[in-house]
Amino acid sequence: MAKFKGMVVVNTERCKGCNLCVVACPTHVLALQKREVNDKGYHYAYMETPDDCIGCASCGFVCPDGCITVYKVKTQE
Amino acid sequence: MKSEEIIKPENMVYQPTHLLNETQMHYCPGCSHGVVHKLIGEVIEEMGLENDTIGIAPVGCGVFIYRYLDIDWQEAAHGRAPALATAVKRLNPKKMVFTYQGDGDLAAIGTAETIHACNRGENIAIVFINNAIYGMTGGQMAPTTLPGMKSATCPDGRDVEVTGAPLKISDMVALLDGTCYVTRQSVHTTPGVKRAKKAIRKAFENSMANKGTSLVEIVSTCSSGWKMTPDQANKWMEENMFPYFPLGDIKDR
Ligand SMILES: Cc1ncc(C[n+]2csc(CCOP(=O)(O)OP(=O)(O)O)c2C)c(N)n1
Ligand code: SF4
Ligand code: SF4
Ligand SMILES: [Mg+2]
Repeated sequence: MAKFKGMVVVNTERCKGCNLCVVACPTHVLALQKREVNDKGYHYAYMETPDDCIGCASCGFVCPDGCITVYKVKTQE
Repeated sequence: MKSEEIIKPENMVYQPTHLLNETQMHYCPGCSHGVVHKLIGEVIEEMGLENDTIGIAPVGCGVFIYRYLDIDWQEAAHGRAPALATAVKRLNPKKMVFTYQGDGDLAAIGTAETIHACNRGENIAIVFINNAIYGMTGGQMAPTTLPGMKSATCPDGRDVEVTGAPLKISDMVALLDGTCYVTRQSVHTTPGVKRAKKAIRKAFENSMANKGTSLVEIVSTCSSGWKMTPDQANKWMEENMFPYFPLGDIKDR
């Protein structure tokens, strides 16, 4: 069992679908929308497998547009 | 565990700096400029210098940085940021003064200003975005374009017999007595971002302490100019840019 559980909130209107958060995530949580686009026409990032997020914030650090906020809680061991 | 139980202010561990305003940045998807803007905002916020910083914006893709980071700015003519920063810092010695410049700006048209500001030891920080190309004007060859690297003005690859070898400006200014801190970093991985942030912080602290000139080179990508996806560009940078522009501190005194 992971010791931490995380959740990320993506500012979907600001996201440009660069994919860098998807690549940076160690647990392969994120993906780009396949069909949905934002107002600018970008396939924005979303949590495809939210259960796997450990709240490490790697996605937030590498995001060039400051679109990601990360939350993290300690879970029972 | 339900997402509403996790997404609460007290559980927040990472958020974009408040100094980065709501204006959408014009950069291409994945551009390194955005990451560095964010780091500059974070460092200024953490140092509490929101009202004591004057940034000098460049000409190049970074030209609109003054629209995105809510601090005081001056806009310099192409390449002249270190000259303008010299005046601003000498007139406001208690302010933190930094320039933000691309490789075309800093290492081509502004080479003289860069070298002389560093030689005089002006108490400024220089943030240097080296993406080995003129991004804004359509991907022309820069002084930092790698040997054999293709660009709009060297479609068969840079020929060093004709145009010389890429200019290692950081190594050059490290030789000058006026520089106190010269380092080369990248922002393409989480550890890289953390190291780059520490470097920017040290450079800004040096400006506040009037220790001399600091230069933080960020080896960057320009996926549009390089004609790659952002993650391909990161890989290409690791394989091709880092051997020529190795990361790490060049000088720290
Ligand atoms: C005096 C002057 N000469 C030329 C230009 C055209 N120009 C605009 S940006 C640029 C180069 C930008 O390259 P760089 O500094 O590397 O920034 P990047 O866009 O790659 O971040 C040039 C040559 C100009 N604006 N002013
Ligand atoms: S916080 Fe870490 S684990 Fe969660 S989505 Fe971001 S990179 Fe992946
Ligand atoms: S042209 Fe290159 S440097 Fe300019 S915004 Fe696009 S990716 Fe960034
Ligand atoms: Mg450039």
